[in-house]
Amino acid sequence: MALLEVDNISVRFGGIVALDGLSFTIEAGSICALIGPNGAGKTTLFNVVSRVYEPSAGHLRFSGLDLLELPPHQIPRAGVTRTFQNLALFPGLSVVENVMVGAHSHSKGGFAASPFRFPPVPSQEKELRAEAMAYLGQMHLAHLANRPCAGLPYGTMKRIELARAMASHPKLLMLDEPASGLTHSEVDELAGLIGALKDTHELSILLVEHHMAMVMSISEKVVVMDFGRKIAEGTPAEVQSNPAVIEAYLGTPLT
Amino acid sequence: MTAAAAPSELPDTSSEVPTRPNRKALMIKTVLCVVGAVVLIQMPLLMDRSTTQRLTQVLAIAVAVLGLNLLTGFNGQISVGHSAFMGIGAYATAIMMARHESPFILTMMVAMVVAFAVGVVVGLPALRIRGVYLALVTLALAAMFPQLVVRFSGLTGGSTGITLEDTQQVTTPQPVNDLFKSLTGSRLLDNQYRYYLALVVAVVCFVLVRNLVKSRVGRALIAIRDNETPAEVLGVNVGAYKVATFGVSAMLAAIGGSLFVMNADQAVPSEFGIQVSIELLTAVVVGGVATFVGPAVGALALVYVSDLFPKEHPEYAPVLFGLTLIVLMIISPGGIVGLAKQGWARLVRSRSA
Ligand SMILES: Nc1ncnc2c1ncn2[C@@H]1O[C@H](COP(=O)(O)OP(=O)(O)O)[C@@H](O)[C@H]1O
Ligand SMILES: [Mg+2]
Repeated sequence: MALLEVDNISVRFGGIVALDGLSFTIEAGSICALIGPNGAGKTTLFNVVSRVYEPSAGHLRFSGLDLLELPPHQIPRAGVTRTFQNLALFPGLSVVENVMVGAHSHSKGGFAASPFRFPPVPSQEKELRAEAMAYLGQMHLAHLANRPCAGLPYGTMKRIELARAMASHPKLLMLDEPASGLTHSEVDELAGLIGALKDTHELSILLVEHHMAMVMSISEKVVVMDFGRKIAEGTPAEVQSNPAVIEAYLGTPLT
Repeated sequence: MTAAAAPSELPDTSSEVPTRPNRKALMIKTVLCVVGAVVLIQMPLLMDRSTTQRLTQVLAIAVAVLGLNLLTGFNGQISVGHSAFMGIGAYATAIMMARHESPFILTMMVAMVVAFAVGVVVGLPALRIRGVYLALVTLALAAMFPQLVVRFSGLTGGSTGITLEDTQQVTTPQPVNDLFKSLTGSRLLDNQYRYYLALVVAVVCFVLVRNLVKSRVGRALIAIRDNETPAEVLGVNVGAYKVATFGVSAMLAAIGGSLFVMNADQAVPSEFGIQVSIELLTAVVVGGVATFVGPAVGALALVYVSDLFPKEHPEYAPVLFGLTLIVLMIISPGGIVGLAKQGWARLVRSRSA
């Protein structure tokens, strides 16, 4: 059964139709890639799923839930987390604290318990920090843990965002161009990391990425968009040989 | 993934982590804290009565600045209405002590509850509007407060305010005096007792705010300040957090107002006008935005810097205050605490090198 069902979603900004009746599904435990030229509407879909944009039509179902009924801050608790195409770290927090914010939705302690450090606040704080450190270690960033995140290299900040998203214990992880700004060897490493995270945490992944070699090597399914519409869908092999896709996006067939 | 798995496989990079305090830095910090505590405790025993009263006033203002810093420094919301929240605390204490002879601590608690409620209501627009519009709402509150006090003069004493009679004032309780006498051989004067009372309240507030900021909630507050949409997308209920922060911040300002009246023995509407809000914001900035010690330093600067200005020409004080602020911002945008931190970093670096 599909984990996420995007059903006929449309989004308008004034005269611009950013998404035009987009439909596709993501199977549980799979990696689904969403590709298409700049401006196709990929980030807009992320913003619809995380409830930043209100669609003018359509439905979003996630493991039995109607996501459009939830306010934005309840989306991670439902099991959906994302990263941002343009970095969205918190410069006033250290690297490890940024990752710990990711755990906000499944941790406890509000305005009453936190000032007095009532249980479970102190022990939970230790656990959250240890877990955040573990994710940072997995991304080879543990040595930066107590640094402010401002001023770090682009690729490093992208990995911090990935660690932060993992800290929310997602079922569905949505990655918006995670490989942008990375070197070739770093892209290979990232592909390996994404695969490993998916297996150890039983994740499903929605991947927006322009790096075709990476997309084609790790995805089970590829959805191709242009002008807010789906123009093709299938296995990497099917999509690469689809004439419409080659014309709209890939240019020359990939070998 | 198990939480303990990763750290063991990490390379040792401790030398690259400058923010983790080394042993020497920790030692200096401990010494500074002990010296600070001794100075704070000894102060009223060494100083004359008027200096002690002045320092109690600093503590009262420091608690209000602490609250404003939580809201503005850590959560990024601007308020020019904190004079009114201070005023709510001041009048709750003055009215209850003068008319009902209530114990001070009870009046402070009532002040906290009322200010929290008003703070939440005033903060509600933060659910829909941002930045400068919220500032306008708080501006209206600040402008209204002294007029409301005058309007309800039956309760508040109007523009002459409320003065506590000798029998209504906060004095050293007998058991405390006995204890102090058995320890030191001398009496604990009323102004000294009030100083210690304000010190205890201020330290408790300081510790609680520090705990809050260093918790899951504090990280969420800073996340909201830095990047609101991603904070919401990561699961922070931005609206609820902003409103709650407004309430807590107003509550702290009211505690400051209660302490102020406890020390001054009177509440006058002109002392809780809009210029006080500006002064509180100035103290936040001068002390150091989003720092813990900043509010205390800012409050000290606020009370004592105004003494440095020529008394014959009080009209120059705001101008000189503004100039001082601008010069400080040029030297150190992080305020006095920011300046101290720079010096501290240099000290630690040169010592460990
Ligand atoms: N907040 C917005 N306001 C107006 N137009 C927007 C907004 N967000 C996206 N768009 C428009 O929607 C279209 C799709 O953008 P986007 O989803 O960012 O594309 P992609 O991520 O595929 O490059 C573009 O034409 C873009 O200009
Ligand atoms: Mg995009």
